[in-house]
Amino acid sequence: METVFEIKHLQKSFGDNVVLKDISFNVAKGEILSIIGSSGSGKSTLLRCINLLETPDGGSISYHGEDILSPRFELARYRAKVGMVFQQFNLFNNMSVLENCMIGRMKILGASKEEARSVAMENLSKVGMEAFAGMRPGRISGGQKQRAAIARALSMSPEVLLFDEPTSALDPEMVGEVLKVMRILATTGLTMLVVTHEMSFARDVSHKVIFMDEGVIAEQAEPHKLFTSPENPRTRQFLDRFLNS
Amino acid sequence: MPQTFWQWIVLLLDEYGSLFIKGTVNTMIIAVSGTLIGFAIGLGVGVLRTVPVNKRDTPLKKALVKLMNFILAAYVEIFRGTPMIVQSMVIYYGLFGSVNISKMVAGVFIVSINTGSYMAEIVRGGILSVDYGQSEGALSIGMNHFQTMRYVVLPQAIRNIMPSIGNEFVVNIKDSSVLSVISVFELFFAGKSASGTYWRYFEVYTIIAVIYFILTFGVTRLLRLAERRMDGPGSFTVTGSQTDSRSVIKVKK
Ligand SMILES: Nc1ncnc2c1ncn2[C@@H]1O[C@H](COP(=O)(O)OP(=O)(O)OP(=O)(O)O)[C@@H](O)[C@H]1O
Ligand SMILES: [Mg+2]
Repeated sequence: METVFEIKHLQKSFGDNVVLKDISFNVAKGEILSIIGSSGSGKSTLLRCINLLETPDGGSISYHGEDILSPRFELARYRAKVGMVFQQFNLFNNMSVLENCMIGRMKILGASKEEARSVAMENLSKVGMEAFAGMRPGRISGGQKQRAAIARALSMSPEVLLFDEPTSALDPEMVGEVLKVMRILATTGLTMLVVTHEMSFARDVSHKVIFMDEGVIAEQAEPHKLFTSPENPRTRQFLDRFLNS
Repeated sequence: MPQTFWQWIVLLLDEYGSLFIKGTVNTMIIAVSGTLIGFAIGLGVGVLRTVPVNKRDTPLKKALVKLMNFILAAYVEIFRGTPMIVQSMVIYYGLFGSVNISKMVAGVFIVSINTGSYMAEIVRGGILSVDYGQSEGALSIGMNHFQTMRYVVLPQAIRNIMPSIGNEFVVNIKDSSVLSVISVFELFFAGKSASGTYWRYFEVYTIIAVIYFILTFGVTRLLRLAERRMDGPGSFTVTGSQTDSRSVIKVKK
């Protein structure tokens, strides 16, 4: 299996707060990786380090063998290849849903307007949002926003998508529509890193689950193993608390 | 000789009407171009002052950004911290002393550079008023700082600061009067010329005041109309203060 990410001894602190202590793991091409853990364990920070919204303090991240922390590393191309879906959607409020999906392809990848539009429409229909193409983000529901945000990320033709709790800001009745889209994406060969509190998604869809605890990876295993017979008592504790609440 | 106030007004308008018109036109030219150029300066400074530095950047880039920030901060502080009437003298006799330059050009230059220093802060406040998530969304698809500003942040920031920009315009209509110290023929200076012959200061400056008021009142109404037209559907945020970006007002239709 081809390796997409090789992350070694990653460290990140905010002031005195050591958030990531020593994180190492690999991501294979096409892998669906779920990252779970209690609030404050550093899951978001880890994802944000991977697309360099935060700069790690130590360790290395390589993408197809290339050191992404090198000053010469070409960030724009990389971020086009490694998209991100945020908890708060972060759709551009000054553009329609369609324009949200076109702007990156035109301005970063240099696509023509026609090409960008057809790719955007294709992705909007993938997530069931083609009917809302002309609307502003302010006028659609949370679930629709998140699906539009996924279409925006897809419109860069990414190799990897990072999801940071994509359903946590949604009303319960909208969680399903977003998870459904993500389940479909998981079958397309896209590499996905998903920080989530949706245990059923982690269990049913992912190939590997990472449990983070206090800035380290307490356990990583395939989902069946991690959910039924976790080795680390901390994992068991977390799952008990989580599944029984 | 006229006897009453109104008779003097009629006589002065009759005799100096063309001077008042010329002064009014020049005042508006200075205020409009000074505000627009000042706004452009403000955009440039605001965007440059928000350039992020990053641990991964080379020491040279870090040093350059620091130097640039220092220069821009100095510009803003100096021009906001000294009266425009003094700036007019210093710039006109210092910078333009040796070159033969039209008074109007000098006037526009002075108002622009002064307005720019205020606009820089207004724009910065506007940029900060846009949720940082918007920038992160833009960065996450590969935009750099300037693309993020141009396509995502500034369109929203400008909308938020429209009231402050309009406010600067109104201020410029009034404050361009200080250019009379370097004999720019704007409205106040027109008043000076018109009061020379008969020494009717009260009547002349009453006329001048009325003209200023018509200009600022009319402009304020027009701006409010334009703002309302720009709103479109939905809600938006305005910065409530020129200096404090946190004081925002949420307006909902
Ligand atoms: N920009 C920042 N500045 C300072 N501290 C931060 C910053 N971002 C995160 N932190 C801190 O880092 C720690 C880990 O935060 P992080 O968001 O990575 O946790 P998380 O696992 O994603 O939690 P959650 O499930 O609540 O999203 C927290 O203590 C948080 O306060
Ligand atoms: Mg988080």
